[in-house]
Amino acid sequence: MAKTKVPAIDDWFRMDFAEPQLLGSRCTECGTYFFPKESHFCRNPNCSGTNFEEAPLSPRGKLWSFTNNCYPPPKPYMAPDPFVPYIVAAVELEREKMVVLGQVEASVKINELSAGMDMELYLETLFEDDDNEYIVWKWRPVA
Amino acid sequence: MTKEVAVLGVGMHPWGKWGKNFVEYGVKAARDALADAGIEWKDVQFVSGGDTIRNGYPGYVAGATFCQAMGWSGARVASSYGACASGSQAINNARAQILAGLCDVALVVGADAAPKGFFAPQGGDRPDDPDWLRFRLIGATNPIYFGLYARRRMEIYGATEQDFAKVKVKNSRHGLNNPNARYRKEVAKEDVLSSAIVSDPLHLLEICATSDGGAAMVLTSMEYARKHATDPVKIAGVSTVTPNFPNTVIEMPNFATDSAAAVAPPETPFKDSITKLAYEEAGLGPEDMSMAEVYDLSTALELDWYENIGLCKPGEAEKLLNDGHTTLGGRVPVNPSGGLACFGEAVPAQAIAQVCELTWQLRGQAEGRQVENAKAGVTANQGLFGHGSSVVVTK
Repeated sequence: MAKTKVPAIDDWFRMDFAEPQLLGSRCTECGTYFFPKESHFCRNPNCSGTNFEEAPLSPRGKLWSFTNNCYPPPKPYMAPDPFVPYIVAAVELEREKMVVLGQVEASVKINELSAGMDMELYLETLFEDDDNEYIVWKWRPVA
Repeated sequence: MTKEVAVLGVGMHPWGKWGKNFVEYGVKAARDALADAGIEWKDVQFVSGGDTIRNGYPGYVAGATFCQAMGWSGARVASSYGACASGSQAINNARAQILAGLCDVALVVGADAAPKGFFAPQGGDRPDDPDWLRFRLIGATNPIYFGLYARRRMEIYGATEQDFAKVKVKNSRHGLNNPNARYRKEVAKEDVLSSAIVSDPLHLLEICATSDGGAAMVLTSMEYARKHATDPVKIAGVSTVTPNFPNTVIEMPNFATDSAAAVAPPETPFKDSITKLAYEEAGLGPEDMSMAEVYDLSTALELDWYENIGLCKPGEAEKLLNDGHTTLGGRVPVNPSGGLACFGEAVPAQAIAQVCELTWQLRGQAEGRQVENAKAGVTANQGLFGHGSSVVVTK
């Protein structure tokens, strides 16, 4: 029986495999974006805003930098056994003027990446247990 | 020059993996610092401890833990935590007490017993803690962030793996004769490049280990120091700044940078602002520094620091290294102690150890690694969650 796909964390991204988006927030007073969401006090020191709207972030951006992890990290990372190395990308979003981290789609090789590349958001399994596949956002080069 | 305090004594417990309680390392370092200063434990009026979060409750109240171990003396106490910057937080608190006239003699102590391997977040299920979440959702270990910075240098400045490896080669030579260093073995470029990749492009030998160790110093008012020493080394500036909004460089343990959509990034980025304030307090600039001790958590990160502390312009660090300017005998040796490459990191002790090294250098006591004609030096470091850390030490 197929496992149920559930988000690895609630409310951080839209569980839409065709059009995924990270869910940030935006201060209604000064327009600053936040990811993960800020919902109490605006962190712009010149703004006294306390109201925020949900802000789906740009699903595309430019690759700022990238690296990988060749050794199993400690918990709470749920590393498969045997361990599978993964790539992490930092992607710059033009409209939000911020850099957001995420793993890179598992099939991508590190020598296929270079700074400045167009990247897009993608949803993939982070880990699984007997019942569920836990889904997280990842980045991948735009085809 | 009323802002100066004297470094009357310094002491360290050698770095390593000794399998003992962190308190023992701290007390050994403290006793050495007191002996170096030529004063008694009972002369200390204020004890400033750097906290460790990896050794249970005694680590959270490190100041009092060391006081009890030294023998309760009624001294006033404080314990500071600022992640990797805990040591400079403790130094700054001691300095503030002295400059405020609340005490003349302060003892600063930091020590750690560190686990092997990657630093991990605190245990339990804590989805509100970004430090826990970065491991859970991305597997973003500390070396992941180091790898991102290293790759960025390659992509925008054309740095090479060879350049990074040369930092390790340099530091391994610097630390050869340092009795407090854990690794005292010369490393060749080929050794670095043939070691396993941890986080591309960084190899195992380019990422600092976690270590046990302890460092301490006796800080006093200049008036007190003049009665006890001729010409003591001085702390002329301390910076413990936080970033200015928006901080547009991705930093541990964050998932994203601040957004610059509404406010333009500050003129001085965070890492540049750290030493800037310490220089300003000291009335000196990078051109006045004879040497620097910077936080080489990775080889590539040492090159970032060259630019952040003003030794060269952005993109010129590889040239500064390759021309030999940051090697002992060069214009401004960086990490004459051997740096984290030779020590590994003992978190709350490390920023204190940086100042111990500059003190020995300025006294001409850094046997086997002495910077010639050293007049002033700067330390630089950063603790996660936005802790700047820099100290300017002068003759």
